[in-house]
Amino acid sequence: MQEQHIAIQYVEGRGIPLRGNDIDTDQIIPARFMKRVTFDGLGEFAFYDHRYDEDGQPTKPHPLNDRRFKDGSILLVNSNFGCGSSREHAPQALARYGVRAIIGESYAEIFAGNCTAMGIPAISLPHHDIEEIMQIVEQNPATPITLHIHDEVVSVGEHRYHFDLSPAYRNALLSGAWDSTSVMLANLEEIKATAARLPYISSFESAEVS
Amino acid sequence: MAENLFNKVWDLHKVKRLESGQDQLFIGLHMIHEVTSPQAFDMLRERGLKVLYPDRTFATVDHIVPTASQDRPFGDQLAEEMMQALERNTAEHGIEFFGLHTEHQGIVHIIGPELGLTQPGMTIACGDSHTSTHGAFGSIGFGIGTSQIRDVLATQCMAISRPKVRKIDVSGSLSRGVYAKDIILKIIASLGVHGGIGYAYEYAGEAVRALSMEERMTICNMSIEGGARVGYVSPDETTYEYVKGRRYAPQGESYQRAVEYWKSIASPEDADYDDVFELDADQLEPMVTWGINPGQAIGISEPTPRIASVDRDHREVAEKAYAHMGFEAGEPMKDKPIDIAFLGSCTNARISDLREAARYLQGKRVAPSVKAFVVPGSKQVAKQAEAEGLPRVFADAGFEWRGAGCSMCLAMNPDKLEGRQLCASSSNRNFIGRQGSPTGRTVLMSPTMVAAAAVNGKIVDIREHL
Repeated sequence: MQEQHIAIQYVEGRGIPLRGNDIDTDQIIPARFMKRVTFDGLGEFAFYDHRYDEDGQPTKPHPLNDRRFKDGSILLVNSNFGCGSSREHAPQALARYGVRAIIGESYAEIFAGNCTAMGIPAISLPHHDIEEIMQIVEQNPATPITLHIHDEVVSVGEHRYHFDLSPAYRNALLSGAWDSTSVMLANLEEIKATAARLPYISSFESAEVS
Repeated sequence: MAENLFNKVWDLHKVKRLESGQDQLFIGLHMIHEVTSPQAFDMLRERGLKVLYPDRTFATVDHIVPTASQDRPFGDQLAEEMMQALERNTAEHGIEFFGLHTEHQGIVHIIGPELGLTQPGMTIACGDSHTSTHGAFGSIGFGIGTSQIRDVLATQCMAISRPKVRKIDVSGSLSRGVYAKDIILKIIASLGVHGGIGYAYEYAGEAVRALSMEERMTICNMSIEGGARVGYVSPDETTYEYVKGRRYAPQGESYQRAVEYWKSIASPEDADYDDVFELDADQLEPMVTWGINPGQAIGISEPTPRIASVDRDHREVAEKAYAHMGFEAGEPMKDKPIDIAFLGSCTNARISDLREAARYLQGKRVAPSVKAFVVPGSKQVAKQAEAEGLPRVFADAGFEWRGAGCSMCLAMNPDKLEGRQLCASSSNRNFIGRQGSPTGRTVLMSPTMVAAAAVNGKIVDIREHL
């Protein structure tokens, strides 16, 4: 998996169009597959109940079962993707399936935070752009897609779409500094100073907050 | 305009602005459980890091514990392995663990408040989206993923952007048979399952002021179902009184000083908000869900929505919902037969929920077609219920009385729906497959509505049965 401090300048691959609003993390990875102490092997269970029949065969119609999209690594989604449970097992399952980036209309906050922490760019585009990209990929699954993090542009075949990242998140991806543990631990003195001023850490001896 | 609680507490806990544009926020209380923490401890090990504030970190086990028999080793080897990993990790890092061997085990969001760990003016994080529950105390609770658990273990901080704050002003008062669960289901149905993205919700108004702490927890618990990661109630005398004397609460003079701090962080009357939403509690009736997300909820007297009347963005999900549930648009939810009645979860398995359901069940019997069970939220809830004779009331009515855990809220344990069973559930999510069967169906409602559905074998309007 992604190691800490790996700079992400481009993500290139083919698309997987996954239509639908409000796709929750229970759909992405049903809870029964979370009964394990590592994230290893979660990829095969991604969207399990949408893909596998009662005999455990991947026969249901789903983009991840569709041979046309089997080489895809860029997931195309609609709005409020990843709502519900905070389980990082969801983006971990997608990453282990082979997803390297997500392009969608919008994301649930905890899911987006998990993607950020894992170094998976999850970028947002308006509904009509997403619809157009999905149609292009459905018509020609081999269409190359490239996320240019520096330029904040996605190219889909001949088409180009601009997306917005916060300048800092963009720099974090480009420099590989998205590893929040190292970044925050570097501020150890400030952490201790903050703790020291919290009334509930000092038995409420410190003055009340005005 | 004056600062609201959220911004005051945020500023107090802000360590610094990070280059990413996010704030580094100090976390006053970190609660962990067996499902989302083992990978985080492995990440620490790989990097040679230790837990920075083990004394601000507390653990329990809830998601995977069986509720019928809690003897070790568990029948499920994978569950046993997760349990052992948590025992090892907490022992190795010196973290207090409220395991099955203690009298304080229970659902993480129920034991925090119960132990007095949850206090006003704190920041709280836990690897579970229902951490918003703790906001009932005027704390700020964040649900986080595993990489962020690693962050909090290693640095006692999380990197996060400050959300906006929306005041949800609930006026009036609740009628008989209408509960806190109905308030939050109505809010989610009104604002939508993604209406709260980018916001923290402050629940306020006379209807919220009148609620007990347990009822406030029910409301804050489901903030995330409306897309809001954080939901809270500014603290008041009800809050201070609840916290007083609890095991980890400040005691004696320290408590007196604490109350002064808690008052100082409360939202004043003239506090400023980014947005306000108003709701009239007088108009509320018991709510039930009809679909596959908690926003697909209606009053018990209303028909399910016609597709044409559904907002274009939500139409496809509505169609999917009718296909999954096997319901027709335009029909009422009342009188739908149920197979299972589940009374439990971090939303509604506290003592007041059990008392209210038991009061209704007194002298009644569960319909022969229904399997009903009640899962107390913690060992302390179970103990209190036993002291009040509630298990006998439930048993006489035909409810199975179980051990504490998350149970059929998410079915990571032996409690699961089978096939297309329809479950009247006091939990928080009606997502497809959530209760353990890919074709299973969930209808969310208040605990007393669950009890009434169990007795009648079908969904009823509790107001006609009280």
